[in-house]
Amino acid sequence: MATAWDYAPAPEARDIVRIQERYGLFIGGKFVEPFSGERYTTIDPAREAPLSEVAQANKADVDRAVKAARGAFEGTWSKLRPSERAKYLFRIARLLQERSREFAVLESLNGGKPIRESRDVDVPLAAAHFFYYAGWADKLEYAFPNRRPRPIGVAGQIIPWNFPLLMLAWKIAPALAAGNTVILKPAETTPLSALLFCDVLRQAELPPGVVNIVTGDGRTGAEIVAHPGVDKIAFTGSTEVGKAIQRTLAGTGKRLTLELGGKAANIVFDDAPLDQAVEGIINGIYFNQGHVCCAGSRLFVQESIYEATIAKLKRRMRTLRVGDPLDKNTDVGAINSKQQLEKIASLVQSGVDEGAEIYQPPCKLPERGYWFVPTVFTNVAQSYRIAQEEIFGPVLSVLTFRTPDEAIEKANNTPYGLSAGVWTEKGSRILAMAQRLRAGVIWANTYNRFDPASPFGGYKESGFGREGGRHGLEAYVALDDA
Amino acid sequence: MDAVALEERADVLSKRSIKRESKLFALDLAIRMMDLTTLEGADTPGKVTALSSKGIRPDPTDPSVPSVAAICIYPNLVPYAIERTRGTDVKVAAVATAFPSGQSPLEIKLDEARWVVEAGAHEVDMVIDRGAFLSGRYAQVYDEIVRVKEICGDRAHLKVIIETGELGTYDNVRRASLLAIAGGADFIKTSTGKAATNATLPVALCMLEVIRDVHEETGRVVGMKVAGGIRQSKQAVQFLVQVHETLGLAWLTPDRYRIGASTLLNDVLMQIRKERTGRYQSPDYFTVD
Amino acid sequence: MSRLPVQKTYKLFIGGAFPRSESGRTLVAEGANVARASRKDLRDAVRIARQAGVSWAKATAYNRGQVLYRVAEMMEARRSELAALAPRKNEVDRAIDRVVWYAGWADKIAQIVGGANPVAGPYFNFTVPEPTGVTGILAPEPPLLGLVSRLAPVIVGGNTAVVIASEAHPLVAIELAECLATADVPPGVVNILTGLRKELAPVLASHMDVSALDLTGGDGDVAELERLAAENVKRVVRGRADGQSPYDIAAFLELKTVWHPIGM
Repeated sequence: MATAWDYAPAPEARDIVRIQERYGLFIGGKFVEPFSGERYTTIDPAREAPLSEVAQANKADVDRAVKAARGAFEGTWSKLRPSERAKYLFRIARLLQERSREFAVLESLNGGKPIRESRDVDVPLAAAHFFYYAGWADKLEYAFPNRRPRPIGVAGQIIPWNFPLLMLAWKIAPALAAGNTVILKPAETTPLSALLFCDVLRQAELPPGVVNIVTGDGRTGAEIVAHPGVDKIAFTGSTEVGKAIQRTLAGTGKRLTLELGGKAANIVFDDAPLDQAVEGIINGIYFNQGHVCCAGSRLFVQESIYEATIAKLKRRMRTLRVGDPLDKNTDVGAINSKQQLEKIASLVQSGVDEGAEIYQPPCKLPERGYWFVPTVFTNVAQSYRIAQEEIFGPVLSVLTFRTPDEAIEKANNTPYGLSAGVWTEKGSRILAMAQRLRAGVIWANTYNRFDPASPFGGYKESGFGREGGRHGLEAYVALDDA
Repeated sequence: MDAVALEERADVLSKRSIKRESKLFALDLAIRMMDLTTLEGADTPGKVTALSSKGIRPDPTDPSVPSVAAICIYPNLVPYAIERTRGTDVKVAAVATAFPSGQSPLEIKLDEARWVVEAGAHEVDMVIDRGAFLSGRYAQVYDEIVRVKEICGDRAHLKVIIETGELGTYDNVRRASLLAIAGGADFIKTSTGKAATNATLPVALCMLEVIRDVHEETGRVVGMKVAGGIRQSKQAVQFLVQVHETLGLAWLTPDRYRIGASTLLNDVLMQIRKERTGRYQSPDYFTVD
Repeated sequence: MSRLPVQKTYKLFIGGAFPRSESGRTLVAEGANVARASRKDLRDAVRIARQAGVSWAKATAYNRGQVLYRVAEMMEARRSELAALAPRKNEVDRAIDRVVWYAGWADKIAQIVGGANPVAGPYFNFTVPEPTGVTGILAPEPPLLGLVSRLAPVIVGGNTAVVIASEAHPLVAIELAECLATADVPPGVVNILTGLRKELAPVLASHMDVSALDLTGGDGDVAELERLAAENVKRVVRGRADGQSPYDIAAFLELKTVWHPIGM
């Protein structure tokens, strides 16, 4: 009978996506051969199978892209009526909606994330972002009272591999709405949705050079950051790289926004709606394999409900389905890269070595590909590496607390400050906790929610600047006196 | 209970994809779990007899299709159902305690329960007094359940209908479920089918979580019945997926899970035949009883 | 017989008190001996500013507004003393008026920079500004108006400040400190150091417990200070030495967005 209830594989058809054998750089509205002459292979991490050869842009390639962006900025984009800019963005939003299944499949293929997430979260939110900022393009003067907003110029944007298309949308939509042109570098391991996006730009008839996509590894990113023709850098990624960028830009007067790492506390009080809290814990740490900067990776449980919570959590973990990202029933997909898998494995080993108690549900993993079983550590001390360092994988550390003050003190005891979760049915406590937690996003009785209208960004070493909402425009406008 | 999170979880589960073998298994199971129901003012002995026949042999052209779990009817009609189902595995379930409102004097409600048990009903589907519940008289609600349970004794299983559509919040659903279980319910049941809102996926999930918590804490096994508004196979499968994910395989049996329905049966039959033949079906080929 | 005036000793302003530099050093500026703050003085100031920030950030916006207005009152009372040290035309009047202007922002800024966000789902979502934390300020010239222009937006939003006063004209900063000390500004909310910028500024910029840095008063050393500031991802601001704007308050505010489900 057990086998009869195994959900049959329900794979999304992948033939909706046509991946080219090789890609150039998208500069000035067309694909060009990289000056570097170098390419590297991008893969499907769930199968360790090559998908395509993409260009490794060098200094000359970046320079060419910056020139294209500058030309488009001065020649067309900044001169265009804002209402016309808006219509381009609306077009892009619609095209993303129309081609949503194609993007969802590609995102899961190249990134390893479950199709359920790319279909229900990444792609719809990316389209929503363009839709949201499209509307701002011709209303900027209302966003900044008593100021005359104008575009900054050429924005260099560097995004991570965890939400490739969504991060692209977070970056490009507000930049374009405000009248800037863009040179964007997708992450080394996940360039394909950005390259497919170029075809959306073609369909939208966006003027050449307004958006330029250059692929490559960290060296390419460094060239963008260092290029004197770039007026603004927007970076999402690790705190380490973020700091290096901030140092590089020191004294240049270039604008900078950083969305960096996190080690979020998810705090469960004894009056919490426990089954929903457990869902929130699961969603907080296993969503997108834990490759989420705002993941609720530190779980703080009030001691009086510790046993019950852990029992429910482990039971729920046993129902998680790990496997083929293209299967509609998959909850946890593939780890994005071998390198990331090794990092996760090494941090998990450190947790074991330091004395934490590990639990992993029984789980059959595919033979090929990069996988990591959803993991929870109990008996974790605040000093353990797994409680301090960002793991960026499906690994949860559980700690306990006795009083609200203790929870706040421990939760805030980190250089990061991106997000936090609170679970309690007492309204006044929610507000008190929300006020005292030092983080840019507080999810109360929910977790990992995103919306284009909702500002997102960190305190402390989690970065500065906000993405989303009216606040997200600030990064892309210069404010002159009215 | 947090309503939004509960509803979202229910929604995610509703999108699980069930295919081929599992789907046939689920459809077969849905029939075996079905309380085939008629609860109309216009019910007659003839109607109940015909429905009983349908329940025993849902698809006369396909002997592999199993019988339903029970026929669910008004008290007056119990003898006719008993008569027709004699010698089969199909049980007779009778609603009682002034179904659907529960708004009668206690003695009358108890008499009714006693009457159906003595008439041979194997299962009693009682309603809780929502008026008492919503005005905070929980002890009274509990006490009524205990009294009906005493009447059922070993002779009949007790299903307690909490009528979730009238309770207003999931917190109340949880509270009423716990009261019913504490009072001795063998099953807790969502709805009468007579309220504006019937069994919904989040409500059912909420109740399953109560059953799971009680089982984890005490080892006691309580069954679950969803009823009202379940007309399509797809819905039935969605409810079963919830059970599978929340309580596991142990609850995927007619002893522990029931689906109260009437028109659902033919839809399930159509789906089974579609799965077997590969052709989409017409209702003209399935009997209406 | 003319009376011999009693001269003022210009000291540091840390934690509401006026200590000498722990180093015992002074330097001569504007004809007076001025305390030459040391790295340790700066360290103490940051520690105290961080402690003071806990209650200053929690104070009601109304209360912060009252305190700032009180500062203006105290400045008005010492108008002539301030004017003697800030001789530019109208500098004192403008500084006082600027403090009053910012006082009024205390309980309004949150409505300007925050608000409710219409997210697509059953969630209530709102954004509120919160202070960034300890803010280091290199006071620009002119010595009083520049300092006030950069300090007022920082503290009105609930931050605490460690100020390095103008190296050439430090006296008016200490005069202002005396206004602050008598104006109900809680001890430690504003700390003012006099001394050598090249000695103090790098320590301030690299301090891991300083969350934001106002380099409006910086000159040739800005690039290096910004580099140092990156070590803990400080918010670095270069504004106008003579400006007043709610955008200057917002520059020192973090935005916190809170989500909560809407359900029965």
